[in-house]
Amino acid sequence: MTINTEMKVRVAKVTQVADKVKRFRFERVDGEPMPVFSGGAHVIVSMRDGKALRRNPYSLMSSPEDTKGYEISVLRVENSRGGSAFLHETLKEGDELVLSQPVNLFPFDQRAKKHIMMAGGIGITPFLAMMDQMEREGKNFELHYAVRTRTHGAYWKDLQQRYGAHRVKVYCDAENLFIPVEKILANQPLGTHLYVCGPAGMINGVLGKARDMGWPKQNLHSEEFLAPPPGKAFQVKLAKSSRAIDVAPHQSILEALEANGVDAPYLCRGGACGQCETGVVSCDGALEHNDHFLEPDDKASGRKIMICVSRIKGNEVTLDL
Amino acid sequence: MLVAGIKSRPVYGGLNVDTHAKRHLFALEGEGALALMDQVKAVGPDFLEHSDILYVAAASAAHEHDKALAKLGADTLWVAPTIPVLLNRLNVMLGQAHMGTHIYLSGTEGFIGQAQQVAMNHGVDPASLHKEHRGSTARRVQCVHCKGITDNVTTSPYTCSACGLPLLVRDHYSRRLGAFQGVNIDAEEPGTAPKPQELFP
Ligand SMILES: Cc1cc2nc3c(=O)[nH]c(=O)nc-3n(C[C@H](O)[C@H](O)[C@H](O)COP(=O)(O)OP(=O)(O)OC[C@H]3O[C@@H](n4cnc5c(N)ncnc54)[C@H](O)[C@@H]3O)c2cc1C
Ligand code: FES
Repeated sequence: MTINTEMKVRVAKVTQVADKVKRFRFERVDGEPMPVFSGGAHVIVSMRDGKALRRNPYSLMSSPEDTKGYEISVLRVENSRGGSAFLHETLKEGDELVLSQPVNLFPFDQRAKKHIMMAGGIGITPFLAMMDQMEREGKNFELHYAVRTRTHGAYWKDLQQRYGAHRVKVYCDAENLFIPVEKILANQPLGTHLYVCGPAGMINGVLGKARDMGWPKQNLHSEEFLAPPPGKAFQVKLAKSSRAIDVAPHQSILEALEANGVDAPYLCRGGACGQCETGVVSCDGALEHNDHFLEPDDKASGRKIMICVSRIKGNEVTLDL
Repeated sequence: MLVAGIKSRPVYGGLNVDTHAKRHLFALEGEGALALMDQVKAVGPDFLEHSDILYVAAASAAHEHDKALAKLGADTLWVAPTIPVLLNRLNVMLGQAHMGTHIYLSGTEGFIGQAQQVAMNHGVDPASLHKEHRGSTARRVQCVHCKGITDNVTTSPYTCSACGLPLLVRDHYSRRLGAFQGVNIDAEEPGTAPKPQELFP
């Protein structure tokens, strides 16, 4: 029960683009064009992996104008619970899977005078599509891209070639180069917007500095590729249908519900959109909130949970479902 | 008579000086000067050395708020003869401003609306502006029929300064124009408009 209408696609091409990063091109099985999207959008990729159905969000990185196919770039994460491992090690050209319609929780502000993007590692992906769109629309932009080593960093060479080294700056951990956030944020023209995508520490650090330098929150935008920690198994009770469902240590509540035929709404599966907010009737332990959506007092109230990323420390939680 | 309760009616959160700001730019009209004085009382005068103040006395000339503002000792104070001249200057200053500059608007709704429009043209999100309504509640209203704008409307209905129709003032506010909307009240039977009521003194 989502507002998405899903699309069956075939893997048209798989490319290794950097250490541990692969790009996948998907084209529709029915030959229809893909919907046009706006830079910053993601899709949910549904993967049939043996018995398990895995659904992960991935940012679209191809040109938003390209309606023949969509491309994503995926980092193979250590200790993957399944999704990125499946994409890297199992999925082959010609295989079929299912994509949701694109959803954009990280759009750029059309009214801005200038756009500054800061990416950490795989957080480059939404910016690839954004820059393609900004360039076409004649927008003023610059990218600051932090990578661990030059071989881990995907696309930096292509980007410098396409947009020029003055607009694409690369900072490499291994060379002890870091994004000079304060220097960049000082003296930007009024109406500049800042976008950050990367690990939580980077996002919090950059946005904290920006706020300290008087940047209003309306000009600050971020997206985190949230990968929340697993925990212990527990049981979910559904108040309305009086069912009980087990949640495994490496499963989200949302996944456990889906595996048992209970459809709950979602859009991002990353704790950002608010679509999966669920009422908590009771809980015999503590709620472990991993999302970016609920306000601190909502989290403290113990009455709401975002079931795509959050879990409980305890044995049993009763949800208003 | 007023059509109230329409969502676009602006709300003003107060000037609330942000101490993280690198610079503060105040555009004040009439009684709006008092909103700044209240901020000095509330958070102390330290921010003034990083502040630029643009002021126009408009209907408040008799109160000589410009003299009180001069005593504050802000980095710069510039007193404009009219609102359009102030808005021009604001436009020039915003063109040279940097991120970290906070913008504060205070005065009548018509003034705030026009100054906000200038800021939005510089890519400033209206929600990031600090705004406080002071002085007359007079409105700037646009006639939906002839598009003529009438400033300082204090009654509803009022007579359109451009086409002469009696217009009912709605709470519908256009950010783009910085004006409320006025609609003809006696369209069915001309001459039957109710007496104007003083609603925005
Ligand atoms: C908006 C968005 C865009 C993204 N774009 C990209 C991209 O372009 N490229 C890229 O490489 N990655 C991207 N990611 C990250 C990506 O979705 C995956 O998280 C990542 O690939 C790792 O997935 P994994 O399945 O291998 O491993 P893991 O991170 O180990 O597992 C993720 C799975 O764990 C489940 N889960 C969630 N919370 C819990 C919990 N508390 N307890 C137990 N299980 C839980 C989730 O349902 C999810 O399917 C994006 C994430 C978001 C939110
Ligand atoms: S699906 Fe977006 S917050 Fe859970």
